[in-house]
Amino acid sequence: MKKNDWPLWEVFIRSKNGLSHKHAGSIHAADADMAIENARDVYTRRQEGVSIWVVPSTSIVASNPDEQTELFDPAENKIYRHPTFYNLPEELNHM
Amino acid sequence: MESNYNLETRFQERIDREEKIEARDWMPDKYRKTLIRQISQHAHSEIVGMLPEGNWITRAPTLRRKAALLAKVQDEAGHGLYLYSAAETLGATREQMIEDLHTGKAKYSSIFNYPTLAWADMGAIGWLVDGAAIMNQVMLTRTSYGPYARAMVRICKEESFHQRQGYEILLTLCRGSEAQKAMAQDAVNRFWWPSLMMFGPSDKESTNSAQSMKWKIKRKSNDELRQQFIDATVPQAEILGVTLPDPELKWDEESQHYNFGEIDWDEFWRVVKGHGPCNEDRLKARISAHEKGAWVREAAVAYAAKQKEIADQKAISA
Ligand SMILES: [Fe+2]
Ligand SMILES: [Fe+2]
Repeated sequence: MKKNDWPLWEVFIRSKNGLSHKHAGSIHAADADMAIENARDVYTRRQEGVSIWVVPSTSIVASNPDEQTELFDPAENKIYRHPTFYNLPEELNHM
Repeated sequence: MESNYNLETRFQERIDREEKIEARDWMPDKYRKTLIRQISQHAHSEIVGMLPEGNWITRAPTLRRKAALLAKVQDEAGHGLYLYSAAETLGATREQMIEDLHTGKAKYSSIFNYPTLAWADMGAIGWLVDGAAIMNQVMLTRTSYGPYARAMVRICKEESFHQRQGYEILLTLCRGSEAQKAMAQDAVNRFWWPSLMMFGPSDKESTNSAQSMKWKIKRKSNDELRQQFIDATVPQAEILGVTLPDPELKWDEESQHYNFGEIDWDEFWRVVKGHGPCNEDRLKARISAHEKGAWVREAAVAYAAKQKEIADQKAISA
């Protein structure tokens, strides 16, 4: 990054109260206040949000896609974690 | 270390299974490069595309039209930004992309190298130019690269207003005085062929197409999209009561499509190569905006650095 480049921020938007913030995209801004304002102008021009989070992109730690299999395979063979694993009589509605 | 051959085979298998590719996934170099080129050109088109319409904001005939046009142009700026950030996920930098636009290394859609001579052009652009862009962009909502597809979903939601406001402008003119009707017809005459050219060269000439289809970056060929656009647009012209400037345009019962005349590909290549009516003006305007804005970007960085310094000092003395 050159001296006068604005850093990149990841933008998360809560579309309405009761829902989680969701990643919307990214934005360049010199500082956090400007990042919020730019995110508002770019991602909420039609009232798409009631709350915005901005996070410096460099602060995001991501899992490595090459290790996706190893990372997630402990959950792969645990079908007993799902309700459909259990055999119950038909007459028992809605459990 | 897996051989490149294996990686590429597995990559293609993922594409064939309709899996989306995300930013940090392995991808062939050529896939990355093709996407950076395509997404950045798409971003540039949104940004340069603000100029022909920006030309009429101060002269919009009513406050309603002015507010709508302003909002539309602002949306296009937003579209440019969504797309630049999608390209950045692939490792392109904003600065490099903008430099490539300014030096002429990167292209943008040729349609924006045509002038906007009358108010009716705002109608013709919304209806035809945004209409053609929508055909392409709807297809791209299903493109194989995740961040690009997501940007397209967002963009498509906003485009429909663009096309409708343009059509409404023409509709109003077409129901007005003889002079207003003539103005609408003239705008349609000038924008019809350039709009058809927006889909790019015909499939016979389009060299990159096959690989892009295989990677599912594109899912329809240039000619398919062009035909789809024509089929959708002709009935809309009839409702307006304007004619489209192509004597060969005719419904074909057998194919269930409209036949149309030969596109002037010499004109197409002339404009792509920089010799359209406004190429020079557009680039000049972009470069000047960038240069005149430099002090703002610098001041913001200096202010942010200063604020951080003050905060750090407070933290030490506390
Ligand atoms: Fe757009
Ligand atoms: Fe648009």
